[in-house]
Amino acid sequence: MTQIDATTLWIVIIGLAVGSFALRFTFIGLVGDRPMPPWLLRHLRYTAVAIIPALIAPLVVWPTATGGQPDVPRMAAAAVALSVGVITRNVIAAIFSGAATLYGLLYLLG
Amino acid sequence: MADTTPKSYFWKGLRDGTPFIFVAIPFGTLFGVFATEAGLNIIQTIAFSATVFAGAAQFTALQLLQDNTPTAIVLASALAVNLRVAMYSASLTPFLGSAPLWQRACAAYVTVDQSYACSIVQFEKDPKMTVPQRMAYFFGSVTPITPLWILATYLGAVLGTQIPDSWALDFALPITFLAMIGPMMRTLAHVVAALVAIIVALLVVAVPFNLGLLIAGAAGMIAGAQAELMFERRLEQRRS
Repeated sequence: MTQIDATTLWIVIIGLAVGSFALRFTFIGLVGDRPMPPWLLRHLRYTAVAIIPALIAPLVVWPTATGGQPDVPRMAAAAVALSVGVITRNVIAAIFSGAATLYGLLYLLG
Repeated sequence: MADTTPKSYFWKGLRDGTPFIFVAIPFGTLFGVFATEAGLNIIQTIAFSATVFAGAAQFTALQLLQDNTPTAIVLASALAVNLRVAMYSASLTPFLGSAPLWQRACAAYVTVDQSYACSIVQFEKDPKMTVPQRMAYFFGSVTPITPLWILATYLGAVLGTQIPDSWALDFALPITFLAMIGPMMRTLAHVVAALVAIIVALLVVAVPFNLGLLIAGAAGMIAGAQAELMFERRLEQRRS
C-alpha cells in the first residue's frame, strides 16, 4: 500500500462527483417528459427487481468479510431476510429477523 | 389517504425510507474506516462521501487508488460500478420527468439504491399520484439517509480501526436490500426478472469493473419484459 497523492485524490473525488451526477441526470434531466417508447418502458419496469438482486447475490454467496468463502450465518441471514420480506411484506421485520439470524449464528458457530 | 398534499407524501416517503438507515450507518462507517486506513484526512473523506454520494463507487475508487492505478482507469471503473444509477434515472423518468428542471437536478443528486428502491414501489402501487406528490415522496425517502450517510462516514473516520470485525457491518447492505426485494415481487414477471438476474449475476461474477452487474441487470430486465408479454398474450387467448 502506498500513500495516495493529494492532487490525484482530489482529481478522482471531483471527477467522480461530476461523473456520478451526469449518470444520474442524463435521463431524468434531458429526457424529461418526452414520451419514451412502450418497449423501453416495459424493460424499465423491471429495473429494480433485476439490478438489486444482481447487486446482492454475489455478496451473499461470496461475502467479502470472509475473503469470498461461502459462509453459513450469512447465507442463512439472507434466506431469512428474503423469506420474511416475501411473507410479511414488512421491510423492518425482515431486516431485524435477518440481523438476528446473522448475529445468532455468528455467535453459535463462531 | 384523506390528506394528499405533497407535504403528507414527503412524510410518508420519510417513514418508508427510514429502514435504510440500517444501510447508511454501517456502510458509511465502513467507508470512513477504509478511507482513514488508506491515508485520507477527515476533509477528504467527508468531501468524498458528500459529493459522490455512492458507496460502492467510492470503495472501488479508493481500492484502485491504493493499488496505484492510473487516474483515468480509477474514474472509469468507479463510474462503471455506478452505471446502475443511470438505469434508475431512466426508470424514474416516466414518473418524475415533467417536474421543474431544478427539482429534477436535485432528484438526480439523491438518486441512490435506497431512494430508488423505495420510490419505485410506491409509484407503481399508487399510479394516481401527481408529479409534485411523487417528487415530495422521493425527497422524503432519501431525507433520513443523506445526513446519516455523511455523519457515519465522519464517525468511521474518527473511530477508525476500533470497530471490531465481529460486528459484521459488511452484511448490513445485503440484508436490507433482500428485505426490500420481498415486497417487490408483485407479479410472476417480477419473480422471473429477479431469478434470471440472480443466476446471471452469479455466472458473470468474474467480469472486470463490476460490469457483470449490468449484464445481469439487463438480462433480468429483458426476462421480465418478455415474461410480461407472454403472460399478457396467454391472458388474451383465454379471453377470446
